[in-house]
Order: sequence, then structure tokens, then C-alpha cells
Amino acid sequence: MSRRQRLTLFSVVALGLSGFVLWAMTDLRSFGDYAGTYGVLLNKVGVSERHASNVVGAIVFDFRGFDTLGEEFILFSSVMGVAFILRSSLKIKDQRPLDAVSNDATRTVGGLMVPIVLIMGLWLAAYGYVTPGGGFQGGVAIASAAVLVWTATSYRAFARLTPAPTLDAIEGAGAAAYVVVGLVGLGLDGAFLANFLPLGTAGTLASAGSIGLLNWASAFEVAAANILLYREFFQEYVQTFPGVREER
Amino acid sequence: MILQLISFTAVMVLGVLVVLSFDPLRQVMVNGVFGLSLVVLFVVLQAPDVGLSELVVGTVAFPLVLLATIARTKETQRPK
Repeated sequence: MSRRQRLTLFSVVALGLSGFVLWAMTDLRSFGDYAGTYGVLLNKVGVSERHASNVVGAIVFDFRGFDTLGEEFILFSSVMGVAFILRSSLKIKDQRPLDAVSNDATRTVGGLMVPIVLIMGLWLAAYGYVTPGGGFQGGVAIASAAVLVWTATSYRAFARLTPAPTLDAIEGAGAAAYVVVGLVGLGLDGAFLANFLPLGTAGTLASAGSIGLLNWASAFEVAAANILLYREFFQEYVQTFPGVREER
Repeated sequence: MILQLISFTAVMVLGVLVVLSFDPLRQVMVNGVFGLSLVVLFVVLQAPDVGLSELVVGTVAFPLVLLATIARTKETQRPK
């Protein structure tokens, strides 16, 4: 197909598509006009029935907890997929690249940021159902702390700090714990993922019942899954590092 | 209202800039700024949970995976 033909085809399709989009947009509700009843209802019962001051947390880990279970396993299986695909291209098993950081600023600021990001991640996860945040956000932030270890020091330090077997175990245990909490709810209250713990006082850490357990289960799973993901990509990256191939 | 207008415009402009940058390395960097504008938009629209998700994924996980991939593929493309 020549350039002219391609342009003609494109302009016809683009014109038609933009016509449809504009037509669809004429019938849109005005910005901020919310007509759903489910959201209004959840906003009301989030605090009164679940004692969770972050209603989003109550939705994610209670009202729609089953959806989150699915999302957990999406992450779980995608990390497994990445590990499978990338492992095949890995010829040298234990590489020892000399990638120690020589830049003082990177080393100092990176090193300082590690505990800050780690505590921020733990805080986001711990207060997930009290203030904005939650297991997912906290977990990714904790994994970011591990990335900063690599940024500030070297791949060797990062690899030593994050042994794959331990991470595999944490990831699996986190995903399994979510299912177990759901099954306990099924056994005690007759519904999968039913909230079975005492609800406590809203606005404190001792609130929201078993939402806290599910929150931590997903925090561990997400943190471990992300670090495992980074490990795979770092291994690919260090293969390209100068001096790696000469060493072995 | 004015904050919403500013953040929506920033998302629009930066989104176009991501598409218009042809060098993958530069694209990753522009995409980071684009992600930051999304964070601002979510906070302005009172969705801090989504903002936090975008913040942690958009600033660390996504660029990291892309940068590692760019580094790896550049190596294999280089003629021996």
C-alpha cells in the first residue's frame, strides 16, 4: 500500500471515528454529575457498618473483596509469567557485575531515601483502611525501597538483601492468606470474605475487622511480587553491564 | 474549578508530548512527568487512593521496567 493510499484510509477512518466520539459526547452527563446509587450507599455504610474511615479501603477489601482477590492473582500470575519468559534467556546463573555506584550524591541521597520510602510504604499499608492508601500502594512503595537499595549501592547488595526463595514464599503466603481469611469468613459467617473480626473504633488502627488482615495479606503479596519482578528485569539489565561477560 | 482546569490541561498537553517523543529513553522521562500530572489530577478530583497508586506505579515500577528493557534491547541491537 502506498503512502497516499494509507493516508486516505486513515483520514476516512479517523473522520468516521471522531464523528462517533463527538456524537457519543453530546449525550454525556455534565462533569461531576453522579447518578449511581451504589456509590452513595457505600459512602454511607462504610463507616457505620464496617468502621473503616477510608471508604475506598472498605470497598476494596470488604464490599468488593472478591474483585481484589482476582486482582491479587492477576499480579501473582503475571510475575510468574515474567519469571518464566525471562528465565529462558538467562544463560549465566550467578552473575557478579561490578556496578558499585561511584557517584557520591546518588549514594548519599539514595541511602537516605531507603528508610524514608520503607517507612512510608509501611505507613501506607498499615493505615490503608483509616486514611488514603492500602495494601497495594504500601506494597509497591516497600518494593521501591528495595529498588533504591540497588540505586544507591549495587546489584550484589540488592540481590543479597532480596533472596528469591524468601520472596517466593512471602508472595505465595500473602496470596494464600487472602484466600484463607475469605474461607474463615465463609466458615464463621456463611459467606466467602465475610467480615468476621470485631469492628473496633473507626479512625484507629483497631478498626474495620478483617479488612486489616486482608490489607496486610495483599501488602506482603504486592511487595514481594514487585521485588521479584524487579529482580528479573535487573538480571536482564546487569547482563548488559560492561564487564559482566568478561568475568565468566 | 481553576485547579481542575489546570490539571486537566497539564494531563492533555503532557499526554500529547509522550506520544510525540520518538526516542524511547526520552519518552520514559516525559511519561514520568505525565504520570505526575495524573497524580495531581487525581488529588484535585479528591481521589487520593488512586493518586497514590499512580504515584507508586508511575514513578518507580513502570519506568524501571521500561529502562531495564531499553538497556537490554539496545545491547542486542548493537552490531558486533
